[in-house]
Amino acid sequence: MDLDFTAEERSFRRQARDWLAAHVPAVPLPSLETAEGFAAHRAWERRLAVGRWSVVSWPAAYGGRDATLLQWLVFEEEYHAAGAPGRVGQNGISLLGPTLLEHGTQEQRDRVLPPMARGEVIWAQAWSEPEAGSDLASLRSTATRTEGGWLLRGQKTWSSRAAFADRAFGLFRSHPGAPRPHQGLTYLMFGLDAPGVTVRPLARLDGKPAFAELFLDDVFVPDADVVGSPGDGWRVAMSTAADERGLTLRSPGRFTAAARRLAALWHSCGEDADPSAADRVADALIGARAYQLAAYAGAARAAEGGAPEAGASSLTKVFWSELDIALHETALDLLGPPGEAAGGPWAEGWVFALAGPVYAGTNEIQRDIVAERLLGLPRGRRR
Amino acid sequence: MRFLPTVEQADFVHALDRMLAAAGTPEAARAWAAGEHAPGRRLWARLADAGLFALAVPEAYDGYGPRPVELALAFVELGRHAVPGPVAETVAAAELLDALPDPGPAKEWLPRVAAGRAVLGLAAPEGGHALDADAADAVLVVSGDRLLLARDHGPVLASLDPVRRLAVPQEGTAAVLATGPAVAAAAARAADRAALVTAAQALGVGLALLARTVDHVRRRHQFGVPVGSFQAVKHRLADTLIALEFARPLLHGAAVTGTGADVAAAKVACGEAAYRAARTALQLHGALGYTAEYDLSLWLTKARALRSAWGTPARCRARVLAQTPG
Repeated sequence: MDLDFTAEERSFRRQARDWLAAHVPAVPLPSLETAEGFAAHRAWERRLAVGRWSVVSWPAAYGGRDATLLQWLVFEEEYHAAGAPGRVGQNGISLLGPTLLEHGTQEQRDRVLPPMARGEVIWAQAWSEPEAGSDLASLRSTATRTEGGWLLRGQKTWSSRAAFADRAFGLFRSHPGAPRPHQGLTYLMFGLDAPGVTVRPLARLDGKPAFAELFLDDVFVPDADVVGSPGDGWRVAMSTAADERGLTLRSPGRFTAAARRLAALWHSCGEDADPSAADRVADALIGARAYQLAAYAGAARAAEGGAPEAGASSLTKVFWSELDIALHETALDLLGPPGEAAGGPWAEGWVFALAGPVYAGTNEIQRDIVAERLLGLPRGRRR
Repeated sequence: MRFLPTVEQADFVHALDRMLAAAGTPEAARAWAAGEHAPGRRLWARLADAGLFALAVPEAYDGYGPRPVELALAFVELGRHAVPGPVAETVAAAELLDALPDPGPAKEWLPRVAAGRAVLGLAAPEGGHALDADAADAVLVVSGDRLLLARDHGPVLASLDPVRRLAVPQEGTAAVLATGPAVAAAAARAADRAALVTAAQALGVGLALLARTVDHVRRRHQFGVPVGSFQAVKHRLADTLIALEFARPLLHGAAVTGTGADVAAAKVACGEAAYRAARTALQLHGALGYTAEYDLSLWLTKARALRSAWGTPARCRARVLAQTPG
């Protein structure tokens, strides 16, 4: 057991640090949940891609660096320590991208991945429906067979980034007679500007259109945009969901950087600091360090070909989502009344963090998964 | 970087686990609580045969150490099996003796520690009671800039964990082992080592409490269904597992780096997670868990005692904060 980075990993870290030091915008970009900010972040994604830093863990053929999971963790530490912008392409890069690498056809990878890596096509996720949030098995939107493809009908909602994004991916009920609710679903990609699609931006708590609802009225999707086999969408989507809950969406680097900024805020308060916040600042530092070290252990297991335990990503998801809120709440408490002003990094981060226990499968569902799959407790009445 | 136990480390832990499972540790712990040390000393001898104490002793004194990573991994097993006695204190005392500029005391005591023939007590620098002074061959006490070796102690007091027995070492009859500024530095190193292995022990206690509780709620039926099928029960146990599983990497990290902030972080996380596991275990066992003759009690009360031993949560949090640059 050791924490010594290899020469190769250290050199990777240096390269990332140098590039970021030279390229991270001196003035923070406007919020990516606004039209102006979205455009600025898209330009930043392009810039990252030119430096070949937009998708480091992907194969070089698609714009990546074939980075190991540990190198990816190193990059993320540097990225967040440098105060680099949030990733507007994240839904595509961390959810659809890995899914295509695992389940997509060669044609799909060649066509979809490079423009995604360059920020030219920004993807929204279209999982949730008004009657199906964490319970994806009860999806009602349909895909009906037609000449050369499928026709989508129904409504998706709370689609992250959909207010400004170009395309979306989601699950649709394609085989209505399937014996069980999670069977007969198909994973499809579609354009948000396709005929029959209506996008209605939804404001999140702070009023910014961070997501949208989508109304789909016989939207044609060619066979080429089916991911995996028709009817096998659940299995395809579950690998994506594990990515979303696990490390790749919420990298430890984000939390270690935020915890350091919180500690700096605490020290800067000096004698004015709320003494009752000290323990919470320490706990945030401890939590971020725990998440970082757990990720190092996970990377070591992955490097040896070990698959994570079923349910491990659920355990991780509950941890990071609660850590995120604790970090930001503590910062706002330290700031006092001035912390209420919107637009500051802690206020913006707090609004973002509040969604953590809700999306990617609510924490209640994740706790059920942890209890049933990792502890072996019996399934039973949800009460 | 390979931040995972090696095959050798995993094998060692597994062998220790098997040995302790077969050794009847709960009976030894109960005898220890009654002041009968013989079964516990036999257990210590088996631990010594497995190489446990040698991990704390440098090669120059017949040990394999110091090997903090292996010690941390081993102490998780000691906690899981509720091994009685001043194990953490003996390991930390070895660290202290080895850190003294004069090798005399190390020469005298460390080969005996490595062989499992010396049980050493260690009084925390802030003073007060020493753990199991009545079972120890000698107790190290730091008094100002002097290091004392006390062979006698005052009356034995009960701990809230009946297996842990407390007494104040008698300084009057103690021998002076060392004096000078090096004593404080050596004592600080020893306190860090004690905090590290106490954190490991706490993690093991928490894991045992969780495992026993999961087993219980799977078998125990109420309202016609297993208690473990209720969502409120599941969520409490899921939270317990999450806290323990995120304490584990902190423990490993502290064993590798040995920095004060990492050790303090591990102590907070392991101690809190174990105490939370204890509260959950008690709640989900109901009155059964509140019953002293039921073995669960061995871990329940130890979780509370280990939380304060060698660094309270408050002191450790303050240390994390102080050692993080602003």
